[in-house]
Amino acid sequence: MIRLERRPAPSRFWTAATPVLAVLLTMLAGGLMFALLGKDPVAAIRIIFWDPLFNPQFASYSRPQLLVKAGPLILIAVGLSFGFRANIWNIGAEGQYIIGALCGAGVALAFYPLEAWFIFPLMVLAGALGGWAWAMIPAILKTRFNTNEILVSLLLVYVAERLLAALAMGRMRNPEGGGFPGSRNIANYPSASNTELIANTGMHWGVVTAFIAVIFGYILLHRHILGYHVQLAGQAPRAARFAGVNPDRLVMFCLGLAGLLAGLAGMFEVAGPAGRINIDFGSGYGFTAIIVAFLGRLHPIGILLAGLLLGLTYIGGELAQMMLGLPSAAIQAFQGMLLFFLLALDMLSNYRIRLKPREVA
Amino acid sequence: MDLSSINPIVLIASMMAAATPILLAATGELICEKSGVLNLGVEGMMITGAVCGFVVAAGTGNPWLGFAFAALAALAISLIFGIITQVLMANQVATGLGLTLFGLGLSALIGQGYQGVRPPRVPRIEIPYLSDIPVLGRILFSHDPMVHISLLLVVAVWVFLKFTRAGLILRAVGENHHAAHALGYRVVRVRLMAIAFGGAMAGLGGAYLSLVRVPQWTEGMTAGAGWIALALVVFAAWRPWRLLLGAYLFGGIVVLQLNLQAAGVRIPVEYLAMSPYLITILVLVIISSSRGRNALNAPGSLNRTYHASQ
Repeated sequence: MIRLERRPAPSRFWTAATPVLAVLLTMLAGGLMFALLGKDPVAAIRIIFWDPLFNPQFASYSRPQLLVKAGPLILIAVGLSFGFRANIWNIGAEGQYIIGALCGAGVALAFYPLEAWFIFPLMVLAGALGGWAWAMIPAILKTRFNTNEILVSLLLVYVAERLLAALAMGRMRNPEGGGFPGSRNIANYPSASNTELIANTGMHWGVVTAFIAVIFGYILLHRHILGYHVQLAGQAPRAARFAGVNPDRLVMFCLGLAGLLAGLAGMFEVAGPAGRINIDFGSGYGFTAIIVAFLGRLHPIGILLAGLLLGLTYIGGELAQMMLGLPSAAIQAFQGMLLFFLLALDMLSNYRIRLKPREVA
Repeated sequence: MDLSSINPIVLIASMMAAATPILLAATGELICEKSGVLNLGVEGMMITGAVCGFVVAAGTGNPWLGFAFAALAALAISLIFGIITQVLMANQVATGLGLTLFGLGLSALIGQGYQGVRPPRVPRIEIPYLSDIPVLGRILFSHDPMVHISLLLVVAVWVFLKFTRAGLILRAVGENHHAAHALGYRVVRVRLMAIAFGGAMAGLGGAYLSLVRVPQWTEGMTAGAGWIALALVVFAAWRPWRLLLGAYLFGGIVVLQLNLQAAGVRIPVEYLAMSPYLITILVLVIISSSRGRNALNAPGSLNRTYHASQ
């Protein structure tokens, strides 16, 4: 009979190996899914994972896109990873992302058409504050009223989406847009646009911020007392209390940090790649970032790699949509599968598989 | 604005219909949580049920086959969650989220090509004499059968939890899995069955949305109904009757909000559409701030991973 024996500490080998194994298994299962949809599985996997980077025909367009897609994912996931480590589940990053974008765009539209150096920094500040404030709602409700932060943060995503729709069709609508929903194009407004810093790399301020967040996150997690408290609270909540970790302050910190980074991601997106506030602005980065955080083992460096990989599936998914007529939703199902495999394989790092004769119960 | 166009009798009747999908899903989640498992995948299971029920009903022309298949499909994907959390002992919160993300993607995949298709109608049952009773007849006996089935299921769950041996075992597993194991109960098996029941109920709720309530298939059509069902279980303090009350209160808010939209209140539609979510949050705050019996009523082993070797 197969028995699972708990390891005293998670296996370091399997902790590193499971994400790779999970990606490979997802490719297999995804190939099966594509075959069921009547597409050539090998071609589909190649188009998703290989062609965006190395196909001579598409790579020149899609290679820069990699950083554009990965930037927000990494930025949001770094913020989420702190909360997830401490068992504080902020799953409403999508809402914080939308609110950050709305605040950033609000500043830009308020100053339009003034040209001044301070507009962009002010937008960054507004975006960060907006995301932070939106995340403070579940944080305060959690600490004050003991309300479940999972449900509140998620329900606020729907509120943020309605707010986005209301503003895109109301207060923020482009007065010269001929009645169509959507704001002025912020990316074409020089003082407010988040431009590509190095031509043809996709590198914009949001990506720079994401890289800074990775470094900052690494230092915070491994070299700072706060990171230690986060890890302690996650692994031994009672011990953390005795060690003087204030759980309420930790909730505030983790949710606030995640909201701040998600708000920044939204602000950089609306001022650059997306260009404007519109009804369809929310693109699910906030949810995919949850997968990125887990795939990256809640570790900043891992998140960097995982963000690049999932960014790749976004571009590859678009390419497969164009080349094979694969529906865009297939990529979403593919990403969900990845999380399943990852969580399922986690068993290997926490338990040892033993073959033993059956015992008397 | 013309508020007199809102007819209270029609309002109550449509409130029951609006509450039915979340009532079904929440009843399933109640059983699941009573066994100690927090399944955050309700939204994903609901939308899988919605699309599978729709596709089968539109294909066969029989809505009842649609409901049956919706329950089966959602049950099947709930077992993915079950195996990962119970057999492979993964974190329930993360796996539940994965189930929601996967369900949303999968449903959009299955449902493409079905946008704008009209499903077969689910007939209303007019019961002779009863439906003709002036006010009550209109409120209670002019619905499609699923409304009555959902009510019966709530009663059945209440009886099961309160008066049956199996219900007692389920509660024991949920309150203290180590004690239940020591008494010889199969913790993992009980929980897998509870998860499967939760999945089937969420599937029925989803199918009710796509076959009766809307009735159409659109991507992401559950729009948070699964999350509201989860909140409802907290609101109900894990009691079936309060679940019923909560679901109907919520249904009332949704319907009133839709009626206000139709009556032309001078508030943009988007702000009115926010109200169900905001009110759900408000109710959660009120319930969780009263640190009395409500908080103590949560199953003791809820969201704890169980490993038998201890």
